[in-house]
Amino acid sequence: MADLVNLTINGVAIQAPAGTLLIDAAKKVGIEIPAFCYYEGYSLQAACRMCLVEVEKMPKLQTACTLPVGEGMVVRTESDPVVKARKTTLEFLLTNHPLDCPVCDKGGECELQDMVFRYGAGESRFTEMKHHVDEKQWSPVVFYDGPRCILCYRCVRVCNEGMGVGALGIVNRGVNSEIAPSHGDHLECDECGMCIDICPVGALTSGTYRYKTRPWEMKHVGTICTFCSNGCKTTLGVRDQQIVRGNNRDRSGINDEFLCVKGRYAFDFVESPERLTSPMMKVNGQLQEVSWAKALAAVAAKFSEVKGRGGKFGVVGSTKTTNEENFYLQKFVREGLGTNNIDHHRSGDLVTLIDALAGRENALASVGDVYNAKAALVIGTDLSQEHPLLAFQLRANYRHHNSNIYMVTKGPVREDAVAVAAVRAEAGQEIAALDQLREQLSKESELLVLFGGSVKGEAVRKLVAFADSLGIAKIKYICLVDYSNSRGALDMGLLPDLGPGYKPVDKAGLSLPQMMAATDLDVLWVVGANPLARYQLASKPFVVVQEMFLTETAKAADVVLPASNAYEKSGTVTNVTGEVQKLHVAGKTMGTKPDLEIIGLIAKEMKINAGVWSSNAVFEEIRKAVRGYNIPLPIIATGQAAQTSPLNGRVPVASAPELIQPAGNTLFTSGSLGRYSKKLTSVLEYPGQLYRP
Amino acid sequence: MTFSPQLEAKLEKLINSYPAGRRKSALIPMLMFTQDEVGSVTPELVNEVAKRIGIPPVQVDEVVTYYSMLHKKPMGKYHVQVCTNISCLLWDADKLYEHACHKLGLGHKEVSPDGLISLEEVECMGACSWAPAVQVNYDFHHHVTAEKFDEIIEALKKTKTQ
Repeated sequence: MADLVNLTINGVAIQAPAGTLLIDAAKKVGIEIPAFCYYEGYSLQAACRMCLVEVEKMPKLQTACTLPVGEGMVVRTESDPVVKARKTTLEFLLTNHPLDCPVCDKGGECELQDMVFRYGAGESRFTEMKHHVDEKQWSPVVFYDGPRCILCYRCVRVCNEGMGVGALGIVNRGVNSEIAPSHGDHLECDECGMCIDICPVGALTSGTYRYKTRPWEMKHVGTICTFCSNGCKTTLGVRDQQIVRGNNRDRSGINDEFLCVKGRYAFDFVESPERLTSPMMKVNGQLQEVSWAKALAAVAAKFSEVKGRGGKFGVVGSTKTTNEENFYLQKFVREGLGTNNIDHHRSGDLVTLIDALAGRENALASVGDVYNAKAALVIGTDLSQEHPLLAFQLRANYRHHNSNIYMVTKGPVREDAVAVAAVRAEAGQEIAALDQLREQLSKESELLVLFGGSVKGEAVRKLVAFADSLGIAKIKYICLVDYSNSRGALDMGLLPDLGPGYKPVDKAGLSLPQMMAATDLDVLWVVGANPLARYQLASKPFVVVQEMFLTETAKAADVVLPASNAYEKSGTVTNVTGEVQKLHVAGKTMGTKPDLEIIGLIAKEMKINAGVWSSNAVFEEIRKAVRGYNIPLPIIATGQAAQTSPLNGRVPVASAPELIQPAGNTLFTSGSLGRYSKKLTSVLEYPGQLYRP
Repeated sequence: MTFSPQLEAKLEKLINSYPAGRRKSALIPMLMFTQDEVGSVTPELVNEVAKRIGIPPVQVDEVVTYYSMLHKKPMGKYHVQVCTNISCLLWDADKLYEHACHKLGLGHKEVSPDGLISLEEVECMGACSWAPAVQVNYDFHHHVTAEKFDEIIEALKKTKTQ
């Protein structure tokens, strides 16, 4: 930033970099200048007039949100004219604002309430009738209550700039102005609800939360969203064990103010009537409810029997269970059951990337890097659909830092609008297309490379070689994977040939397709996955499934054990960029158990000591055993993200690109889980088809 | 959606008179020219203009609903606009507007059954020096009195019988 400027605010001499807005300079020294329309990171509006301050030698009060600091400026933020102006502004804002605070969703956490309390006049001079229009429903999740709106344009800006969607506008003029959705009477958009979160009043309300509770009656649990791999923090509002809201209003996660439709609304799968709440066993071809004791005994007996005679196990781990569960599972399978036949649904070729980057430092990017990188190359992914947080960060990077963005995708994507170059290439052909960008890319001083699941095997090595050949000093990579703990499943060694931390095992086991194709499989144990949606079993093994729902795989099971989900357990998950974050228990569903406990109980029944099944104890083991996971505990304990760096050695296994099958989820789908969220399926209008030119 | 060759040429020239990245400046003239040909700003027209300029349709709607000279429903062949903003108001434009309503039997943004004349109370049209002002389509009438207004209307009605 440029030179420092000297100015005085309320008699205090301060310094601020030239170009700083007065409102920010004041905030830095602890002086609050109230504002509604000003929102850090978005374009300036100066619509609300709340931030008026007195500046010496300027004839009228000035809006602090648009006024850059100047040398010798003398500012007063609490003088009589300012206090009077604020009172009047608030009086105007309340002209038509209904005083329905006792029933308003926002009551108790409303910025207008807070402002009136602190700066407002005790009484109003308006005796006229209030202008009323009826509330409108724009989509299953977004409602608009016009009279409450104070026309601050925050929602319009966050939709245009933050999301790149532009689904909201302000129609009419003067007292009749109101927010309008993109399609006359309804919204066609990401349904992300960013407009609701950013609304300072209760004008925009959420379909899942409206009129359900008061903010102070909830317990607020900051945990990690269980849908995609981006690892957004979602603060779940819980009342009486029921999750009624997801938001990130405190902006404490790596996602800052961002959440997509899944993180904000799709938590309702938790209370789906289809949840399994009792163990089940197949009796005469039918699944029947049994007790935990009976189900666990049956599983343990079968496992012991098969182990005893040296039979063949196949174990499929999950991309949504915690690191602790994944670690514990592979440990029990490898040491307890004595097999390496363990795998999971792989969606990105991280293994090859780690090998290709062996020995480098700081070559794997964090979510923060997506916001700060001077240039980004996005290959083979529709980022806005599959990785909404990364797409949001990329747009913010363009907006704030004017970064150069290069797209290599199959079809047109939303990021094209902010890209300096967009190249089209079929899946698998992306690397060949990169040469078209060589000249432009080689002028960059640093580069962030994000690549999707269609870049795998040799293509990853070619990509690294291509990037190296550009002569750029600082290059970082993100290998995109699909699910909330896809990265953790890889790191914890849910792989037939690699153990935790990508350490090769003595004798490689069967991969997922090999298990499915094996004709002599005795046991198939599936922990939180749905392989039978994609594969057919060649043999007739004894199938044990830990699941929340009766999926294709659970239906085929001999024993089904009802599992709890990420919102019901503690532990850690690792996001797409290798950042570890802690889960917190928001609620519990009677009858279910966390997978860690289920695995522990099976081990106990088999009289195998696999260690304590507490997530903290297992995480201690992970810190010692898994490369890169020796992260500082206070960071994750305080709800922040700690990045792991598993790059310090070759991974001597052959790449198996055929095993990498990205699911191609959209904003409104999430493998087998998304379909159990009523809210998510109700907004599904044109999945993947939105905003295409 | 396509327009007449003359209008297409005009729009082409209009859009190209702004540098790339600033094309949305063409929005208001574009809406006015196309409204004249189409008759009103239909939803199709909003989408078409949005597409040509490269902005979301809702941003076009913002402009359409803001300006009184853009209409979402067709107005009469002769659109009579009476200004009642401050300068005209000082010259009794409110009474003139009332007179116009009685004379035509129409209210704000209403069209006569034969589609010949429509009436609108508009915001300032920049003719303050000649207040009170009335605009019929693109023609201005200055220092309008009730009598003068009647003459204007009679002249308009005559065109129908011709």
